[in-house]
Amino acid sequence: MTIKEIFDSMCYGPAPEGNAEALAWIAGHQGRFGHWIDGAFTAPGEVFATKNPATGQVLAEVTEGAAADVAAAVAAAKRAQPKWARLSGHERAKYLYALARLVQKHSRLLAVLETMDNGKPIREARDIDLPLVARHFYYHAGLAQLVEAERPGFGPLGVCGQVIPWNFPLLMLAWKVAPALAAGNTVVLKPAEYTPLTALLFAEISREAGLPKGVLNIVTGHGDTGAALVAHPDVAKVAFTGSTEVGRAIRRATAGSGKALTLELGGKSPYIVFDDADLDSAVEGLVDAIWFNQGQVCCAGSRLLVQEGVAARFHDKLKRRMDGLRLGDPLDKCIDVGAIVDPVQLANIRALVEGCRDGEVYHAACAVPEGCFYPPTLITGLGSASPLMQEEIFGPVLVSMTFRTPGEAVELANNSRYGLAASVWTENVNLALDMAPKLRAGVVWVNATNLFDAAAGFGGMRESGFGREGGWEGLAAYQRPLGRAQGLKPARAEAPALAEVAGLDRTAKLYIGGKQARPDGGYSRPVIGARGALLGHVGIGNRKDIRNAVEAAQTARGWARQTAHARAQVIYYIAENLSARADEFAARLRASTGKPGEAEVEAAVRRLFTYAAWADKYEGAVKPVPIRGVALAMNEPVGVIGALCPQEAPLLGLISVMAPAMAMGNPCVLVPSEEAPLLATDFYQVLDTSDVPGGVVNIVTGAHGELAKPLAGHMDLDALWSFTSAPVSGLIEAESAGNLKRTWVNNGLARDWFGAAGEGREFLARATEVKTIWVPYGE
Amino acid sequence: MQTTEQTRSQLPQLTHARNPGMTLDLDWVASVQANTSAIERRAATLGGRRSVKKDYQAAWLLKAISLIDLTTLAGDDTAGRVQRLCAKARQPVRPDLLAALGMEGLTTGAVCVYHEMVETAVRALEGSGIPVAAVSTGFPAGLSPYRLRIAEIGESVRAGAAEIDIVISRRHVLTGNWQALYDEMAEMRAACGAAHVKAILATGELGTLRNVARASLVCMMAGADFIKTSTGKETVNATLPVTLTMIRCIRDYQDRTGIKVGYKPAGGISKAKDALLYLALMKDELGHPWLQPDLFRFGASSLLGDIERQLEHHLTGHYSAANRHAMG
Repeated sequence: MTIKEIFDSMCYGPAPEGNAEALAWIAGHQGRFGHWIDGAFTAPGEVFATKNPATGQVLAEVTEGAAADVAAAVAAAKRAQPKWARLSGHERAKYLYALARLVQKHSRLLAVLETMDNGKPIREARDIDLPLVARHFYYHAGLAQLVEAERPGFGPLGVCGQVIPWNFPLLMLAWKVAPALAAGNTVVLKPAEYTPLTALLFAEISREAGLPKGVLNIVTGHGDTGAALVAHPDVAKVAFTGSTEVGRAIRRATAGSGKALTLELGGKSPYIVFDDADLDSAVEGLVDAIWFNQGQVCCAGSRLLVQEGVAARFHDKLKRRMDGLRLGDPLDKCIDVGAIVDPVQLANIRALVEGCRDGEVYHAACAVPEGCFYPPTLITGLGSASPLMQEEIFGPVLVSMTFRTPGEAVELANNSRYGLAASVWTENVNLALDMAPKLRAGVVWVNATNLFDAAAGFGGMRESGFGREGGWEGLAAYQRPLGRAQGLKPARAEAPALAEVAGLDRTAKLYIGGKQARPDGGYSRPVIGARGALLGHVGIGNRKDIRNAVEAAQTARGWARQTAHARAQVIYYIAENLSARADEFAARLRASTGKPGEAEVEAAVRRLFTYAAWADKYEGAVKPVPIRGVALAMNEPVGVIGALCPQEAPLLGLISVMAPAMAMGNPCVLVPSEEAPLLATDFYQVLDTSDVPGGVVNIVTGAHGELAKPLAGHMDLDALWSFTSAPVSGLIEAESAGNLKRTWVNNGLARDWFGAAGEGREFLARATEVKTIWVPYGE
Repeated sequence: MQTTEQTRSQLPQLTHARNPGMTLDLDWVASVQANTSAIERRAATLGGRRSVKKDYQAAWLLKAISLIDLTTLAGDDTAGRVQRLCAKARQPVRPDLLAALGMEGLTTGAVCVYHEMVETAVRALEGSGIPVAAVSTGFPAGLSPYRLRIAEIGESVRAGAAEIDIVISRRHVLTGNWQALYDEMAEMRAACGAAHVKAILATGELGTLRNVARASLVCMMAGADFIKTSTGKETVNATLPVTLTMIRCIRDYQDRTGIKVGYKPAGGISKAKDALLYLALMKDELGHPWLQPDLFRFGASSLLGDIERQLEHHLTGHYSAANRHAMG
């Protein structure tokens, strides 16, 4: 075209970013890479190709990680870990700082390589991914510096096995590696098979930073390699970002192993547009929500909910904007949407959209290049039952529905198995701040989308996984309490009941929905005291009782909306009423355990006071994120918590799990000590007199071994804690994979319920999830 | 000569229906929203999203020249100064450079002066097809007697101005007196007759982007042919967030009325790179018609110099110097 012709047409021309340096780096390795183990590349083994999705050309060959490679990497990490952990926080901070600086120095090379391997637009790699990577290392250099002083009593976990996805290869590496190293762990990381190259370049950069050998190891490969890493017995912590299905498999695979686990999984995040929103800005937000990274973003705002009165106008504006998007060569500095990562993913997207039987499909009227590209797509007119409203597409496809009222918007938004992120667009601050806490999502953006920062926690609720990345809350996921726990003794076997009950017979029932309830099965069992005396009978709860109790607890979710002050008042009142009956409970304890009970009752009253005190003091935070605005970290209740209470300390143990749950706003379903269940059945009378709303505390007596499974498998139970001596930790973790409920199990280890380990922040953290609410402002 | 004719065909001409205006719709005005943070984010990422290189960049920069209202609005303007500016408008780029680019005959979009300089400018531009724009209505503050402000328009039109850049009464916006703003704008539009009217909002003095959006709409409802950001005399003049806000209003106005209204950012655009950003924003948000002088102008004085240097660099590969290009 002549200049005059361009002058007339005013079209965009090619604006390619050079890739010579990236190609030279690959060529410098003869196009073949081994693993990065113990500070050096291994010789390439059995290799597979990694391709540039935009061209289909092979970029390099990388080695398929065999079990032996994983073992070698874990061994190197294990060797390096004690010394790394013994370094002062400041020493580790210097390494992380060096990594941050070196990432910046090599940022263009890393960005170009990322774009070539992944297909994302160079603008995104250069302006979003790389700055966030550097920021993550800077921020965690700071956490390393402060961790000893600020987190006393906690230490590293050991070797972390980390498996990351292909959508943000280097950024996900940073999210995984930085907190692990800051806390004194060492790492074996498996990058995704489609996108291994920037991890390998980063490994080389870590050598420039002088990172000690074995602290960071990279093993490339497919799913089997990841599975071998997850299964390796010397891995103390598994961190995974990827699909919910693989996350579930990892939950099952690590069940009962004692490995710490965090999962950052899929989503179908709602993007809610109210009729008073700045519609043009909301349209532009969708470009950043669902056409960012070709929609291959776990927290993509992929589910548009738009208020009915403005829906037609909004869709028109949206379609016009879609038509203006430019698809093409990801290395071109003037394109908006790059290549889908692999033909397999492209086929998935195509199949999902072509399989859509309802609604109206609109493909952007922009030119679509040959190859691994998919046009920005909008599907309107879907109902909530449409599969595409529920299933994650993981591509540039937006689905849309309308709503009428804020209440309906909340219901529709939460009508999902996922709970990763949400966007709310309105100019009404009352509406925005009312919506944000009601949305079941780990991250809420007000009048914005896809804002990230190392200081702000990121992570999901529900089947979007658990654990947070970023901030102090993210660091906590790479630490464990110091100290070694003893194994628990098995529960005392019941002697056959021959004796008669002394005095007037009493009937201990279950306590469900604020009412005493007979066990569904109609069976009871005798309760034998420490000296072999028959103390009474207790109902044998079964799975239906669990169902009823969870249902009652779910209807009591309004407990969370009571003020913290009101919740504290109720817990104080329980303490008051328990204290008034201290002698009776002490006597029951003595009969049950054979030991004087006064100290335990006293400790129980004190514990209730502790959590009544905490109810209005477990504060959230305002994160200093680099925008004009605030990012609020709010501690929200997990939901309905189930708990298998300790066999020992039958009163104190029950209260030690009930009180933090209640204080933080969670209704709970408690299965009390099997040895001494009558403390719990006596205790519900205290609850009855203490203004506890029905359903907030539910007590189901029964065999821990029997009830663990229906609890762990219950899809409407949000968390399950187990402090029982019954060997159910593995079962609970495996069964919890169904709805990915948050589990906290003891792995058969004891806890000192009378001491500091029996209360405090650890319990509060388990009873809450951090929701990060981003509120940019400015007029 | 043919090339010259083609280039001239890019110059301002009435290819779209003029904005007849409409009844003031206060519900619409009240419903307008502008989320500052979101608008700023969009503006901030634009530079990373759009890039034009090599021949494309040269062609886009030439386009920018054709869209410049080459402006002098100084108290020390004289006939000589204005004549020199007009000569520059006729020949904005060194002839050898234009020849090498195949763009002989390129001129700026217009020349913009105070009323007293209109006749001088009209004479100096005779035969060029370049229109003269006059700033008017008590520019820049717009606080002279209303009667005189209206009269000033008529004077400038009679003196030969084809375009009148009026200033609105900022106080009407700041007090939410939309009816007064509408009436004032409508009367000024009427006073312009056949001359096109550009409404200067002085966005730097309106306080919020929401006010900018509402004022934009009211001026369009009252018949403005163009809406323009600034006088160039405010502390803050044209910015990308303000631009985004105003051109989104232009789009909404077209959606509801079918009428295309022009846009003129003024003040503070002095770099070739900035001009490219504005052009990309216009192209992406409003489309090709807003890359033509009848719907888009840059109000600028020093921008041209930077573009000239860029064009010489494009042709020679060497960075240029200001003294190699004729002063305006």
